[in-house]
Amino acid sequence: MNQATACETALVASDYKSGLKPVWCPGCGDYSVLQALTKAMASLALKPEDVAVISGIGCSSRIPAYTSTYGFHGVHGRSLALSTGLKVARPDLTVICTGGDGDGFSIGGNHFMHACRRNVDITYIVMDNQVYGMTKGQASPTTDPFWDSALTPGGTGISPFHPLVIALASGANFLARAFSGDPKGTAAMIEEAITHPGFSFVQILSPCVTYRPDQKDWRNKVRTAPVEATADPARAARRLMTDDGFNTGVLFRGEREPFKLNQNNDSTETYDFTSRFEV
Amino acid sequence: MTNNQYPKLETITDMLAFVLAVENEASERYAEMAEAMDAHNNTKVAKLFRDMSDIEELHAESVQRQAANLNLGELPVKEYQWTTPEGPETGDFADLHYLMTPREALLLARHNEEKAATYFAELAEQVTNPEVKSMATEMASEEREHVDLVDKWLLEFPEDESEWIEDTDPPVGQA
Repeated sequence: MNQATACETALVASDYKSGLKPVWCPGCGDYSVLQALTKAMASLALKPEDVAVISGIGCSSRIPAYTSTYGFHGVHGRSLALSTGLKVARPDLTVICTGGDGDGFSIGGNHFMHACRRNVDITYIVMDNQVYGMTKGQASPTTDPFWDSALTPGGTGISPFHPLVIALASGANFLARAFSGDPKGTAAMIEEAITHPGFSFVQILSPCVTYRPDQKDWRNKVRTAPVEATADPARAARRLMTDDGFNTGVLFRGEREPFKLNQNNDSTETYDFTSRFEV
Repeated sequence: MTNNQYPKLETITDMLAFVLAVENEASERYAEMAEAMDAHNNTKVAKLFRDMSDIEELHAESVQRQAANLNLGELPVKEYQWTTPEGPETGDFADLHYLMTPREALLLARHNEEKAATYFAELAEQVTNPEVKSMATEMASEEREHVDLVDKWLLEFPEDESEWIEDTDPPVGQA
């Protein structure tokens, strides 16, 4: 984030919500993620006009419409490409990329790896419910291989994608996992992710009550990870080897320098895109 | 998960600011729950949540009157962040379902009021300032009265009402 963007007058979480009312299913974890995101922005005293919330497609990708910041509801799987372009063109903005597990890890899977690798100073929040909710409940990349449903009888039989492992291996500079049932803990993690330099990734376990009612049980499974965050990628990798997917907390605080445009020359001016589109 | 610790409330101003935030967040949450139910055409439950929101708002206004000569508004936002996962009286979005009945909604409201009564009773034992302790005890008592009020409303909705979890038209993706 840009440290110069703090508000002079205190704003509260509701100031970061738009007048549009969410149409998520009652009971959806994304309501609490919206609470946590707005609380994090209020706590950081960000000016809404200095923040852009970007998304792809899916239930969770509706979130930009529910915030009072700038936002862009993009095409499927391309939220990270949009966010990267925006941050590079407008480094003064705090860019928060949002979406779900299907959008981020399947349709946008390749963008995910390369966004981690590039380490542009953006925050990526994935509301992971292990299902494609918007399109009626197909298995997603993070779905358990034995999840039996009408659309995947007997399960897919395919090992799930492990977002934190992939992010770490690809070079993400901050990794955390949160649970929507703990909005305060989630807000704290989002806040830290926004302030941490470089590419920050927060995987939020956000239950889908409609297609995965079994995820109601997550509140009994989730636990705070018993170890402190590390700056050592090898140590973080070892911890992930024994991770069952329900440990929450900050796993990794990397120390890589974020990507900067024109790193090899002295120019600090941003590219004047506007002039290229003048009619 | 966030630890269940109690805030350091050393003065009556701290306490009033805290209570105001508790009531405001509870009122906002009930209003949001009402909107969620409205969006799914469950108007009976939406109305109940809206009524609960109004009650919490009245409570907040009462606290604001008590604090008329105090400057509560300038406390930093972080001061209002809960030491619990959410505000002591705030409903959990995860407990909603689009088919929930008025009885289920009232049971949820009862749970929230009971949670708040317990929270303030325990807070009263933790704080040292006698004024703050007295107010925390008073808050616990008021929340207990709300539990009794919800219990009276519950009499209008008998237990044999069908459960919301029995969806006769389940989502196609479920097995």
